Amino acid sequence: MNEQHLFSITALFETPDEIIHAAQETQKAGYTHFDVNTPYPVHGMDRSMGLKPTRLGVFSLVFGIIGAVSAVALMTWVTSSDYPLVIGGKPFWSWPAFVPIAFEVTVLLVAVLSVVTMIVLYFKFPNISHPLHDTPYMKRVSSDRFGISIEADDPAFNEAAVREFLKKIGGKDIAAVHYDLEDLNHGQRMFDPKFIGVLALTALLVSGATYIVFNQLLFMEPFSWMMTQSKLKAQRPSELFKDGIGMRPPVEGTVARGFLPYPFKGKPDEAGKNLVNPLLSTRDVLDRGKSKFLTYCSPCHGNFARGDSRLRGQFPNPPTLHSDKVRNWPDGNIYHVITEGQNVMPSYASQISRDDRWAIVRYIRVLQRAQNAKESDLK
Amino acid sequence: MKKELPGQVARYGWILLIVGVVIAAAGYLIDPRRMAFDNIIGFLFLTSIGIGSIFLVALEYIAGAVWSVPMRRVNEFLGALTLLIPLLAIPIFLNLHDLYHWTHAEAVAADKILQGKSSYLNVNFFVLRFIIIFVLWSLFYFLFTRNSSRQDITKDQSLTTRNIKLSAVFMPVFAITLTLTAVDWAMSLEPHWYSTMYGVYYFSGTILAALAAATYIIVKMYESGYFPQLQRDHFYSLGALLFAFINFWAYIAFSQFLLIWYADLPEETFWFISRWKNGWEYVSILLIIVHFAVPYFALLTQDSKMDTKRLKLMAIWILFAHMLDLYWLVMPTYSKTVPFSWNEFGFPILLVGLIMVVFSFKVKRNNIVPIGDPKLERGLSFRL
Repeated sequence: MNEQHLFSITALFETPDEIIHAAQETQKAGYTHFDVNTPYPVHGMDRSMGLKPTRLGVFSLVFGIIGAVSAVALMTWVTSSDYPLVIGGKPFWSWPAFVPIAFEVTVLLVAVLSVVTMIVLYFKFPNISHPLHDTPYMKRVSSDRFGISIEADDPAFNEAAVREFLKKIGGKDIAAVHYDLEDLNHGQRMFDPKFIGVLALTALLVSGATYIVFNQLLFMEPFSWMMTQSKLKAQRPSELFKDGIGMRPPVEGTVARGFLPYPFKGKPDEAGKNLVNPLLSTRDVLDRGKSKFLTYCSPCHGNFARGDSRLRGQFPNPPTLHSDKVRNWPDGNIYHVITEGQNVMPSYASQISRDDRWAIVRYIRVLQRAQNAKESDLK
Repeated sequence: MKKELPGQVARYGWILLIVGVVIAAAGYLIDPRRMAFDNIIGFLFLTSIGIGSIFLVALEYIAGAVWSVPMRRVNEFLGALTLLIPLLAIPIFLNLHDLYHWTHAEAVAADKILQGKSSYLNVNFFVLRFIIIFVLWSLFYFLFTRNSSRQDITKDQSLTTRNIKLSAVFMPVFAITLTLTAVDWAMSLEPHWYSTMYGVYYFSGTILAALAAATYIIVKMYESGYFPQLQRDHFYSLGALLFAFINFWAYIAFSQFLLIWYADLPEETFWFISRWKNGWEYVSILLIIVHFAVPYFALLTQDSKMDTKRLKLMAIWILFAHMLDLYWLVMPTYSKTVPFSWNEFGFPILLVGLIMVVFSFKVKRNNIVPIGDPKLERGLSFRL
């Protein structure tokens, strides 16, 4: 046993009114280093004890500002600089959409960091020992009594006088609380090898058990003769074939029914020379061409094929289709570009059917004519 | 406990009331359409304070609140304004045709949407709804105050129990009737437009206005020595409630805006667009500052919620903000540009006068503290 030091003199009271009165009297008697412990919050205690308002609110304000500013900054960076996406036709920097997120981050940061600050600054974490812990006094005040504890380092402390005073204001079970100097200097029990060991062992056990349950136990098969059969499954490898591919590719040169392969791969000029637009400029064809043009072409080339969509200036500029080059191209060349793509423009062969491509070409001709109307057209 | 207000309260009240009536009457003679719109603002403001105060009384009972018991009479007195709501409703009924597009038979006949709504939006049902709502509100007002003032004499605790049960019945009735009031009188000004949050939006303003009116009166009376036992804990609670509902208003107002902005449907957005051009954008920005930013920061700290001077100022400020809020809700239907002239002062002056007169009238005939309430002692010794 080491040397025992006096920490405080404690007394118990039975009702909240008594403890309020006791706190007021203690404050009046000039004691400053004392604390009150109650099983639940007692209204009016702060003032009875003469406590100054906490300064935790200032920390909370700072955390809140940090939360709000960082949330807005993050969303600004993401939506308008790092990865700008057009959402619902709104500007990239759409602040109303940021407000709920900024609010959530602010509240989250304030709540979490205020608690952490309180634990570190006021409870002096990681020191988790306190002389009042594990005393009969603490057992009572955490169940059915209201206690006051006048500490020995109070400038006005005098053991006999304090005992006398506590008795006078109606305290019962007056007792001294001692602490072990070594115990207190022991300080950071958080890093006690035994404690750390138990912690590590617990972590190991919990993660091991979690792994076994979620990755092994739940995937155990009670029987497997329906799951694994000696047959070929779609998109699965197979040992039957030499190359190990289960799904067989069609024989080279296979042609789908009613569909000839495009014969001018990589040969735009030949396409221009040899291909003839099979569709006529009828109302139906032009309507269809317009609809497909607006769906597939206008996002880059613009609604009037002027190359003036909102991608202008952000991308390699989508070209206008009213240049002399495009206007003088035969239909087959335009058809070829839609089919094969050109520069950054990808192939649209899998998205737009052949007839639709020809209809689009017809519609582009209409646009070209309309945008480059001659004086004589007015007559 | 029966203490009279200085006679000048009633006297100034009468003067303001008469001045207000004169301005309103002049407005009705010169430009009846415009005055009818101002009348809607006045009507909604009076409703806010009247039924909002009854709501606060019911809230105290149903929540078992203790701290507000000593000041409950102020809310009960203000609740009497509910009985005067028809005075401001009748001029509107006489001008329905100028105000509400859905009263135009030829417009409804040519409009599919209005035809669909006409089983609800028609003059007969509109008037009937108002009468039913008014009767319900008056009934609750009489029951609450009768039980409360009877308790002063009999000290019967069962009257408190009875009022608690009454508040449980009142709450859903209040929620429905207040929503209907907001939809009928303000939202149907734009009969094509709809927002499911409109009722809650008006509710948030209602509670703020009722709270602010009560706070101002309580602080003023405290300063003149009527509530000597009130502590800063009571004022803190009033300030905290005001602060909470300022945030609630901002939350509701922003939610309504965000949903409409996000969906971007033309049949919803035009309501906000008409409040964002021709000068209305300045009123909209002013509303955010006046109704949220300024009171938010003014009441943010713990000390400011206990500061009686600050509370008094903020109470008046919030009453003004509620008036501005209603102006912003109603007036864009009247005119595309911001109409602001002497006409707009008629009803505010009239209402301030009316509140002063009614309040001093009620104070003369009732105890200003519910001396028979079993929770009074605990309420007076309430500490945070």
